[in-house]
Amino acid sequence: MREENGLRLAVDIGGTFTDTVLVDGRGHILATTKTPTTIENPTLGALAGAKHVLAESGSEWSQIGGFIHGTTLATNALIERRGAVVATVTSEGFRDILEIAYERRFNQYEINLVKPDLIVPRSRAFTIGGRMDARAQELQPLEEEAVSRLAAELVACGAEAVAICLMHAYANPAHELRLRDLLRARLPDLVISLSHEVSPEAREFDRLSTTIANAYIQPQMASYLADFQARFNQEGLTCPILMMTAAGGMTTIETAARLPIRLVESGPAGGAILAARLAAETSEREVLSFDMGGTTAKLCLIDQYRPQAARKFEIARAARFIKGSGMPVRIPVIEMIEIGAGGGSIAHVDRLYRLQVGPESAGSEPGPAAFAKGGTEPTVTDADVVQGLIEPERFAEGRLRIDMDAAKTALASGIGEILGLGAVQVANGVSEIVDENMAAAGRMHAVESGKDLAARLMIAFGGNGPLHATRVARRAQVDRILIPRDPGVGSAVGFLFAPVSFEIIRSRYATLEALDLDALKAFFDAMIEEAEAVVRAGAPEGRLTRRRRAFMRYHGQGHEIEIPLPDRALEKTDMPALLGAFEKEYSHQFSRAVPGMTVEILNWALEVSSESPALTSHSEVLAKQPAQPTGQRQILCEVSSEWRNADLFDRSALRPGDQLGGPALIIEPQTTTFVSADFSAEIDGGLNIWLTRNREGNR
Amino acid sequence: MNTTNTRLQVMWNRLLAVVEEQGQALIRAAFSPIVRECGDISAGIFDLQGRMLAQAVTGTPGHINTMAEAVKTLRGRFRLQDMRPGDIYLTNDPWIASGHLNDFLLLMPVFYRDQVVGFTSCTSHLVDLGGLGMGPEGADIYDEGLLIPPCKLMDEGVLNTLLMEIVKANSREPVANEGDIYALIACCEAGAKRLAGMMDEFGIDHLDELADYIIDASYRASVEAIAELPKGTWRNVLKVDGYEREIDLHAALSIGEDRVELDFTGTSGLSSKGINVPLNYATAYSVFALRCIIGPDIPNNAGSLAPFHVTGPKDCILNAQPPAPVAMRHTLGQMTPDLVYGCLSQAVPDSVPAEGASCMYDLPLRHAPEAVSRGDEQFALELVFSGGTGARPGLDGLSATAFPSGVWGSQVETTEAVAPVLITRRELKPDSGGSGRTRGGLGQHIEMRSSKDEDFMLFLSVERVLNPARGRFGGEEGAPGRIRIGKDGPDLPGKGEVRVKAGETLIFETPGGGGFGDPQDRPCEDVQRDLEEGLISQKMAREIYGIDP
Repeated sequence: MREENGLRLAVDIGGTFTDTVLVDGRGHILATTKTPTTIENPTLGALAGAKHVLAESGSEWSQIGGFIHGTTLATNALIERRGAVVATVTSEGFRDILEIAYERRFNQYEINLVKPDLIVPRSRAFTIGGRMDARAQELQPLEEEAVSRLAAELVACGAEAVAICLMHAYANPAHELRLRDLLRARLPDLVISLSHEVSPEAREFDRLSTTIANAYIQPQMASYLADFQARFNQEGLTCPILMMTAAGGMTTIETAARLPIRLVESGPAGGAILAARLAAETSEREVLSFDMGGTTAKLCLIDQYRPQAARKFEIARAARFIKGSGMPVRIPVIEMIEIGAGGGSIAHVDRLYRLQVGPESAGSEPGPAAFAKGGTEPTVTDADVVQGLIEPERFAEGRLRIDMDAAKTALASGIGEILGLGAVQVANGVSEIVDENMAAAGRMHAVESGKDLAARLMIAFGGNGPLHATRVARRAQVDRILIPRDPGVGSAVGFLFAPVSFEIIRSRYATLEALDLDALKAFFDAMIEEAEAVVRAGAPEGRLTRRRRAFMRYHGQGHEIEIPLPDRALEKTDMPALLGAFEKEYSHQFSRAVPGMTVEILNWALEVSSESPALTSHSEVLAKQPAQPTGQRQILCEVSSEWRNADLFDRSALRPGDQLGGPALIIEPQTTTFVSADFSAEIDGGLNIWLTRNREGNR
Repeated sequence: MNTTNTRLQVMWNRLLAVVEEQGQALIRAAFSPIVRECGDISAGIFDLQGRMLAQAVTGTPGHINTMAEAVKTLRGRFRLQDMRPGDIYLTNDPWIASGHLNDFLLLMPVFYRDQVVGFTSCTSHLVDLGGLGMGPEGADIYDEGLLIPPCKLMDEGVLNTLLMEIVKANSREPVANEGDIYALIACCEAGAKRLAGMMDEFGIDHLDELADYIIDASYRASVEAIAELPKGTWRNVLKVDGYEREIDLHAALSIGEDRVELDFTGTSGLSSKGINVPLNYATAYSVFALRCIIGPDIPNNAGSLAPFHVTGPKDCILNAQPPAPVAMRHTLGQMTPDLVYGCLSQAVPDSVPAEGASCMYDLPLRHAPEAVSRGDEQFALELVFSGGTGARPGLDGLSATAFPSGVWGSQVETTEAVAPVLITRRELKPDSGGSGRTRGGLGQHIEMRSSKDEDFMLFLSVERVLNPARGRFGGEEGAPGRIRIGKDGPDLPGKGEVRVKAGETLIFETPGGGGFGDPQDRPCEDVQRDLEEGLISQKMAREIYGIDP
């Protein structure tokens, strides 16, 4: 139960660090901490973090009325291939759905291409007779007499979990359900994932792949979650634990244990939720969130205070983050573009003598050369150090020694020698390339979504986001940037603003002109019942909101356009408005609608959510005053390409209404905000930093 | 290199990003399934001289050289001083654009501060241009539909409405064509706008320095890659099924210090059917295949393409001249990589794969002609299935995977949702991969019937039914493609029209890839794994690999 006055705790377990944030009933941050992730048993690190923030704020376990947990464990189990032995059962005649996939290579020019390993070898791929068609009709009954043979095969191959994906099960799940019951009767310990429950969308390959991923991590996640809950309860936690999902909502431990695939990438989702929340608080309708850490950068478009949603993403893409090189998973997610560009990204020179940055990363061990922990390869952080953008004495609260000479040597020796450049010139080049990579990825992502980057507000966070924000923004034609408070633990803060929610996206083919409205009503009613049951388990009281959407396209096209539907049964009289909404959105994305072309719908979405915590409003700051620098240091100004003095500011000393001009560095424990020469900064009533580009001055 | 070069490199990256963005926008807006499934489009940026600076990496290699050459041709046709902001030129001439009428190429001059500074160009496959439609049955280009010579589509931002009306009036799919042309216009305009925006941002008012940098760096890297190869001339002959008779494709590949020459002398003459290939298209696939081995990481542009030269005698089937019919030029065009690899493999035996299925198995399905009068369901569906790729020197071939095209396969569930067909089987075909030290990729076995008890029509233009993919260095050939109706029906030829009657099952097998090296040298554990996974039979394990399971 979420009590109005109770404290709320968020724990985000990442690959390297576990972030913990404690807030009071009004959402004010009481304490935050970053503790190392305890890989062997991540729960221990989470407990340590929770105890730390409780002690720091003088609070008790019993005061906690809300607990939200996000973990990268599910993702890591998939990436590191530490899951169960999975077998598959598909319809007879379709043993090779996984191997055939989309029949394509993800890299056009790579002769020696190796396709992604999708967990289940052909020797553990079984089939069973029976067939449904696209209209949910049974063409051939389930071959029940084959179940004992199937059970024997499953036992013989050592399967711990089975992914069942029968043809058109999204339309009619009867065979999947019956097969589950028959197998369970024979093999009670076998973990079973059904495709129509995990991912009820048409496209057998995507559905099977998603079901396999779910089955693969289910045993491990179920026991992890049970243990996590037991240990926290033992400490004295009395409220239920809610889990953060990839879609940016929360769900119960029970649902998470049944559908663990929904937990992947929940950390980054938290960052997007934070950005959406800030967008709403500041009334910014078009936002780009920019989360840059040590290994990757993640960008997300946020329109009307809602992060862009997607229905598919890929786990464990090959090194170059190439589309199609990972394991596709079709579930509701927050749409993010992730590229291999972070502080630890390594720079090198290719055979065309081009300077390249990433996607290989020095990670946290050995880390950038400047960390003096044995790293010798030149990284983005080394380039920032050499350009003077990181104040060595105060980096990471002084816990890490910064070795300027090691950074210079790393840049000058490898790349500098090949290209005939000095360390400073290489540093400048590395920054230009990595910033351009991120800006280009953002622009590409916007184009693919039929949107534009310019005119957006960038909300930057993560360990390196505030440091690179102005440089990336300039290249993306973005003029305004917001740096929130505590940008280093942005994801965990974001968890605290998420609603309890559950979304189902289900396929049902129809053309707009021939919709069977009665059947569609029954179709939606069933989804509502299923989703509300899940949400009510985590939010027993309070108002629930529903959101319905249809994914529409012109007949003959592949690209679907998302159109909101009213929250009620559709009627004949709605059709002109639906067509109008589609044509309007289509012409927005493609400059022109195509009158007279048939419109079809394959997928329908229903989301049920509880209400998010109320927005915090900040009064407008009327009095403006120049901020007082605490010192100066020499930096390489990327606008004028000259060494200049930059003012230094202590973020904790900045007050609402403070103003300052670039070049400047605003320093706080976990990151530095770089105000480029062509930007100025101002602090708002919520202590956010606003950076604005002066298009004319300083160029 | 100095810091200016870093700026040039950033601009180069920007150009590459812009063409990719253009390409993506074009694919999303396209109506033609072949565009959606194969990414059969292209987008590029060119300098004032018409030299290609950047090109989107899209699904089909058929645009690789064709666009670079087409822009040079158009650039020569129209005078710079006559060009105005908002002008766009258009052609679908197969011998200028991309080998058949369906490919429309647009070219737009980019203005910056009232001067032309360069060009953007894009190509997309339109659904229907009239004539006999997409198929090999035309006797000449006039049978195949509407040819539009180079002309102005937009005049200072105003659409040539007469031209648009002509295109629509000559098509079975006027609405889709119009939509595709607007998408092409938007693609050109977006590229021009982004290029001008980049020049603003970087404060340059011409592209000369950037163009020289891109072209020099790419040319130098390509020549370095060529320099590493042995020098000499190697020949190969590839027999292919053809339509009315089998065809010999001949090639001589000469590798010099700084250039690679490919010549098709000896190749059979024209077919009377539309499987002839204009040289620009044969060049595109041949150079693509070469560049997969020689400097694959170097982006396509005027510099990286400059060392490659392709020639062929006029009116051999790989250098068809007007008015030869060319609608299905991709059927043989896609075989040219195997032709070229037969030469290249002699030079660098450890880098080149064995022959593969290569030609995509597309299955254009239509309702039967009488469906219209009987009130049966009318539909048109173009499914594409792939066979196996050839075994690589160090890796098995890829099963059911497109190469050289980058076509995407379809999903059974979505196919059955949109068309009255029922697919009852789609699995790998055991033993279809050519055996060898490394094994060829497997083909597929597909069974399909009408879901409505109505007849439907199938239009075939596939290869490797009579001439399967050959192995290399002792590797065995892959299984041939095979098409029949009913399990016991006679094998059908790879080209022509087929009626599948209500209740009958169309059985369709895609070819396997060839093997590489002696099967006896295949590691035991690899043979065992293939056996466990059911990719080969016990018989094959015993008889070919000499392993007793």
